[in-house]
Amino acid sequence: MTKQVAGISAQTRWLILAIIAVLALGSVTVYAVQAFGRYQARTTGASAAQITDKLHDGNRIVFRNTAMGQGYGQIASVAIAEPQGPRELSQTVCDRVDATTEYISCMRTQRGIPTTFETRILDAQANTVVEWPLPGVPSRTRISEGGLVATTAFVTGHSYATDSFSTETVIKSVQGLDFGNLEDYSIFIDGQELTAVDRNVWGVTFDSENKFYATVASAGKTWMVEGNLAERRMNSVIQNAECPSVAPDHSKVAYKKRRAQSGLAHWDIAVLDLKTQKEIILPLDQGFDDQLEWLDSQTLLFGMPRTGSAGDSDVYSVKTTANAQPQIFIKDAWSPSVVRTTG
Amino acid sequence: MYLSLSDWTSRKASGADRAKTVAFKASPTVIALGIVSMLTDISSESVAAVLPLYITGALGLSMVAYGFFEGMNQSISSVVRIAAGYAADRSNKPKPIAVAGYGLSMAARVGLLFATGFGGILAVIGLDRIGKGIRTAPRDAMIQQASQPEHLARSFGVHRLLDTVGATLGPLLAFVVLMLVPGDYRMVFVVSLAAAVLGLAVLALLVPNRKLVQDEFAEDRGEESSRSAPRPKFRELVRGPLGKVLLAAGFLGLLTIGDGFVYLALMEHGQLDAMWFPLLFVGANLFFLSFAVPLGRIADKTSRAGVFVLGHLALALAYVCAGAGGSLLFLICALALLGTFYAATDGVLAALAGQLAPHGATSTAIGAAQTVVAVARLFASTGFGVLWIFLGSTNAMLIAAALLLLLVPVAWRLLLSKRKEPESTLTS
Repeated sequence: MTKQVAGISAQTRWLILAIIAVLALGSVTVYAVQAFGRYQARTTGASAAQITDKLHDGNRIVFRNTAMGQGYGQIASVAIAEPQGPRELSQTVCDRVDATTEYISCMRTQRGIPTTFETRILDAQANTVVEWPLPGVPSRTRISEGGLVATTAFVTGHSYATDSFSTETVIKSVQGLDFGNLEDYSIFIDGQELTAVDRNVWGVTFDSENKFYATVASAGKTWMVEGNLAERRMNSVIQNAECPSVAPDHSKVAYKKRRAQSGLAHWDIAVLDLKTQKEIILPLDQGFDDQLEWLDSQTLLFGMPRTGSAGDSDVYSVKTTANAQPQIFIKDAWSPSVVRTTG
Repeated sequence: MYLSLSDWTSRKASGADRAKTVAFKASPTVIALGIVSMLTDISSESVAAVLPLYITGALGLSMVAYGFFEGMNQSISSVVRIAAGYAADRSNKPKPIAVAGYGLSMAARVGLLFATGFGGILAVIGLDRIGKGIRTAPRDAMIQQASQPEHLARSFGVHRLLDTVGATLGPLLAFVVLMLVPGDYRMVFVVSLAAAVLGLAVLALLVPNRKLVQDEFAEDRGEESSRSAPRPKFRELVRGPLGKVLLAAGFLGLLTIGDGFVYLALMEHGQLDAMWFPLLFVGANLFFLSFAVPLGRIADKTSRAGVFVLGHLALALAYVCAGAGGSLLFLICALALLGTFYAATDGVLAALAGQLAPHGATSTAIGAAQTVVAVARLFASTGFGVLWIFLGSTNAMLIAAALLLLLVPVAWRLLLSKRKEPESTLTS
C-alpha cells in the first residue's frame, strides 16, 4: 500500500486516518460522559411529574411512570378522581404492569450480557412474592383478582433472523401454580381444531378464575378466542381481534382490530357486545397498539408513545361511542391498570 | 470461449498444485478490507442486537410489522447486490461503489439517531440493507484483485475471519453500553456511528483504488480510457463452469434454511433456557471465525468446489444434530457444524465465482453467486417454515438434512466430474 490513493501520500493518509479516529473516539467519549450525566439526571433529578408520598387509599390507576427524572420507569399510581394529579411512586422499575387490590404483576428487563427479562409479582406493600424468567421482550400482562397471572413476551431470534419472531404466552398463579404455555392448549377455530405449528397466542384478559380471552394467530390471520383453563382449551369467538380486554361487568370485550390496508399495520379500537355479538368499531386516525383497559363501562384507556420524544408516552381515554376521539388522560404514563377497591 | 485466455484462468489452471509451492502472503489490502468489514459489522450488529428492545421498549411500538419488512429488505438487498457488481465491472473501479455502499450504511446510522417513528426506523433499516447489498460484490472483487490467485480462498478466509469477529463483538459491545447507561439506546447508536465512520475512513484512505482489469496499454493514458471498460454479459456468466457453480449454489441454497431455524430447533427440545438464545449465534460465529482461514487454505490446496460442496455436508449434519436432541453435546455439535458450513462456503464461494468469472466480470460473477444464494435461501426459509408447521421441528430438520445429503453428490458430480469439462482441471 505504498501506492498513492487519490494522489495523497501514504504518510498523509495515515495522518488523516489518525485524525478521524481521534475525532470519532473523542466524540464517543464526550457523548458517553454526557449520556452518563443524563442517566444520572434522569434517575436522580427532580421528576417532571408531581409526586406525592402517599395516596389516600381508594380507586386508583396503577401504571409505569415515564416522566423524566427520579422515578423514571417505576410503578406509579394516581387517584381515579384526579388522574392528572400527584402520583405515588413505588421503587420497582417495570416495562409493563397490571394490578389488583392485592398484587401487582410487573414485567421487567434486566440489563446484562445477554439482557434478560422476568416477571415479578409484588404485594400491596411492594414486597416480591414470586418471580420467574421471561423468554423475551415484555409485551402484555394481566393479573386476575384471584391471583392468576398471564404474560406475553416477544421471543425474537438473533439479529440475522429477525423475521422469525414469535410470542410466548403463559399463565401462572401467585400461589405457584403453572398453567403452561397457551400454545399447547387445544385451539378450535370455528369448531375446527387448529393444528398448525405456526400458531401464536398473546394478550390474555381474565373473565373469571377459569375463563379468559386471548388472541390466536396462524397463517397471517388473528382470532379472539375464549379459553378455559381447566379444560386447557380455546374456542374462536371472532376473527381479526387482538389483545382483548373484558369489561368489568363481563358484558363486552374491547380489542385491537387491524384495518384492511397495505403497508404499515394500523389498528382501530373495536368493542364486541358478548350477548348480541354486535361489534362497534372506533376508527382512530393515529391508530394504536396496546391492550385496552376499561376505566368504566363506557370508557377505555390505552397508552401511546409520544411522538418526537423517545422513552416518553401518555395514557389516553376514549368513550365507546361512535365518533369518540381519544383525549390525554394521564401524561407521562404507560401500561395503565384500573384498581377498584369499592364496587 | 475465451474463458481461459485471461492471465487469471491460466494461472489458476494449475492452482491446487501451485498453492503448495507458492508461499502465502496476506495482502495489506485484504487485511484493510477485513478491518473495514469488522468495524462495519460492529456497527450494524450492535444496532441489530438492541433494535427489538429499542422498538418495543423505548419507542413503545409493536414487533409484528417489523417482520414483514425484513423479507422485503432481504429481496432488495439481493437485487442491488448483482446490480452493484455489474456497475463495478462496467466502471472497472470497484472502490467508489464500495465506498458508496459503506457510506449509505453510515448515513443510515446517522438517520437512526433522529428516527423516532416506526416508518423512520424501517426506512433507516432499509437504507442500511441497500448499502450492504451495494458494497458486498465490489468489495469481494477487490479482495480477489489483491489476492494471490493460488491462495484466493485463504485470502477470503482472512477477510471473513475479521468480518465475523466484528459480527460477534457488536452485540456484546451493545449490551455493555446498555449496562453502563441503562435505557440509553442513542449511546449504542453513537458508538455504532463511530465504528461506521472509522470503517469508511479505513476504506477510503488505506485501500488502493485499483482497476479490476489492468489494461496493458492504458496504464499511462490515465482515467479516460473507458475503451477497456468491460461489459459483462449475462449469457457469458451462465455458460461454462461459472454457470454450473451458480446452478449448484442455487439448488444447495434451496436447502439452506437459515441458522435461525437451527437455533429454534435446538430450543424446541426445551433443555435450554431462552435467555441463552442470543449466545447460540455467538457460539456458531466462534467456530466460523476459527475455521475460516484453515478451510480456505484446504480449499486452495485441494479443490475450492470440493470444499464448497462438502461444506453442505456439515450443514446437513448440523440439521441432524439440531433435530436429534437438545443435550449439550448435540448443541455444540450443531453450532460447530454450522460454523464449519459457513467457513467452508461463504468465502470459498466468492473465491470460486471470482476464479471462474469471465474476463472483466469478476464483480458481477461474485454478485451473481451471492444473489443466487440469497434468493435461494429466502425460498428455503419460507418453504421450510411450511414444513416446520406441518411436521414439527425434528421431522422438518431431518427431511431437510436427508434432501441435502441427496443433493451433495449431485452437486459434486456437477462441479467435479472430470470427463466432461476440461475447465474443471482447476479442481485438481
